[in-house]
This record gives sequence, structure tokens and C-alpha cells, in this order.
Amino acid sequence: MMSKIVRTMASLLILFALIYGLYIIMHGHLTPGGGFQGGAVFASGVALLIVAFGSDNVHKSLKEHHLSILESSGALIFIGLAFGGLAIVFFYNFLVGSPIFGHIPPSGPNPGDIWTAGVIPFMNIAVGLKVLAGLSAILLVMALATTLMEVEE
Amino acid sequence: MTQGIPFNVPFLAVAVMIGIAFYIIISQRNLIKLVMGLSILASGVNLFLITLGYREGGVAPIYTHAPAEVMVLPVPQALTLTSIVITVATLALMLSLVIHIYRHTGNTDSEKSRIMKG
Amino acid sequence: MRKIAIAVSLSVFVGFLIATAFLIHPFGYPPSEMDDYIIENTQSETGANSAVTAVVFDYRGYDTLGEATILFAAVTGVVMLFRRKKREN
Repeated sequence: MMSKIVRTMASLLILFALIYGLYIIMHGHLTPGGGFQGGAVFASGVALLIVAFGSDNVHKSLKEHHLSILESSGALIFIGLAFGGLAIVFFYNFLVGSPIFGHIPPSGPNPGDIWTAGVIPFMNIAVGLKVLAGLSAILLVMALATTLMEVEE
Repeated sequence: MTQGIPFNVPFLAVAVMIGIAFYIIISQRNLIKLVMGLSILASGVNLFLITLGYREGGVAPIYTHAPAEVMVLPVPQALTLTSIVITVATLALMLSLVIHIYRHTGNTDSEKSRIMKG
Repeated sequence: MRKIAIAVSLSVFVGFLIATAFLIHPFGYPPSEMDDYIIENTQSETGANSAVTAVVFDYRGYDTLGEATILFAAVTGVVMLFRRKKREN
């Protein structure tokens, strides 16, 4: 548990880190980025919280049981979308041309349109949830283990 | 080959990095230094993948507000993304195993922590 | 004895790597038939503006599925290694 200035600034900065990570996940088909990069940005925000507040205080609100539910639902959504286009082939992009996320951009350089790219934005969200929950669980469990080792021995 | 033997600087840098990483893995005894050597090896391989797909004077393969030049190849960049995520997962598992070995045997030397001998 | 074995094997291996660095294609002019097809037809087949995202999730989706499985297995292994025993109260 660090001093009062560090705790106040950390609880302000976690909001900016969350919004920045979700922006990178959502615009994955227009700009560089995607699911993996956005999940890693958010996990670095959780690392800031653990350093500023101490791992015992963070463990009171963020248990690894709930993070495991989030990660498993991300994996199940990803596999469900892969089975969605099974009529033609396993990973078929079945939403190109339909009214949800189905516009086709003009060829060549253009300002991007967010309602394009078929089933790719949903896959980005699923993989982003998975990486977010997985990396946060790794950080939390390792920080808890090192504090307990000092108490036991 | 009409243009002689090319002198590629990035591929030589990759060869030096992989050589240093293999020397660390073979000759060090401390477990944490072994994990560091594996991390340098992974960085060398990722650098090799990216420099395989560079085109002279190219820009990123993204069509949003793109300048009108040739584009670099997109497939090696996708493979490097996968490789980086797998490296992070493997290093996390290896470091937690090192913590467990330290708890059970008391030191991080790979020669002195052999309990199942003989 | 151990040092001689390390020196010989390491010099053979690094010599092989440096010979590869001289015999590969010149830096900046790669062979690219598959990638030319992908750059031409990304916007009409997938509808995405970014070729890298289309390759990761559409043209090579199996690799992303395998990588998600590896990430899941590694996180399961780390969380399982650090469980605490239930205290008998």
C-alpha cells in the first residue's frame, strides 16, 4: 500500500487504461491492433492497480473465480462463431453482405467505415476478453503467492 | 547469381542474437539466467520473422488513409503475433515452476537441486 | 573437456547460421506470390480494411484457434500451481 498521492492517481488512470484498451479491441479491422493487443493494454492497467494498492486489497474485489468464468465465455464465443458458417467450410465469414456488419469498403485507400468486416469484430471481442482475463489472473495469482511465502516461512 | 553474394545486416544480427542465446542456455547454471536466455532466443526468432517480409520502401498493409506506395507482406506479421503470445504464456509457466523449485529445495542452482538422483 | 565440447558445437552452429545469412534472398526483395493475392483481394472477399487482421482471423483462423488453446492451458497451469491448502479451523 503506497502513499495517498499514488493511490489517487492510480484509481484515476485505470479508467483511461480501460477505455484505451477497449478502443484498440473495437477498431481492430480498421487500424493496427485487435484482440490480443487490447487485452494486453488492459492487463497492464491491472498491474498498476496491484502495485499501488497491494495484492490483498485487490483480491478482496477481484477473485480468480470470476476471471475464470470470463475467460471461458470468451473461448466459447470464439468457437461458436467458427461453427456458424459450417454450411460451406469451418471458418467461413458468413456475415459479409448481410445487414449486420456487412458493408464492403471501396477498393484502394479510404477513410474507414466501422460497419464492415463481417464476423471479425465479434472474434476480436471474444479474444480480447480471453487475453484480458488470462493475463490478469496470472498477475494476481503470482503477486498473492509471493506475499504468502513471507508469512509462512 | 548475377549480383554476387548479398550482405544483409538484419539477418547477421539475428544470427548473433541466436548464438548468444544458445551460449547462455548451454553454459549457465542458475535457473533464472536460463529463463533469460530463452527470452533472448524468442526475441531473435521474432525479429527474423519480421525481417523476412520487408519490401523496399514499403508501408504498413492497411488501407485506412494509406499513402500510395507498395505494401509489405502481411503474413509474417500475423505469424509473429501468434509467436509473441505463445512466448508470454510459456515464460509465465516456467517462472512459476522456478518459484516452486526454490520453495522445495532452498536454492536456484540446477546442479544442487537434484532430489530424485540414484 | 566440457569447455571444449561447448566451444566446438557452438562454433559449428553459429557458423551455419552466418552462412544462412549470406545465402538467403537479398534484404528488401522477398518472393511474394501468396501475399500479392492477399493484398489484392482483402477488401472484396473479407470486407476488412486491414490485411493483417484478415490474415489472423480469416485466412489463417486455425492458427488463432491453436494459440487460444495454448493460452488457456498455460493460465490453467499457473493458477493450479499456486493453490493454497484449506486451513482446518
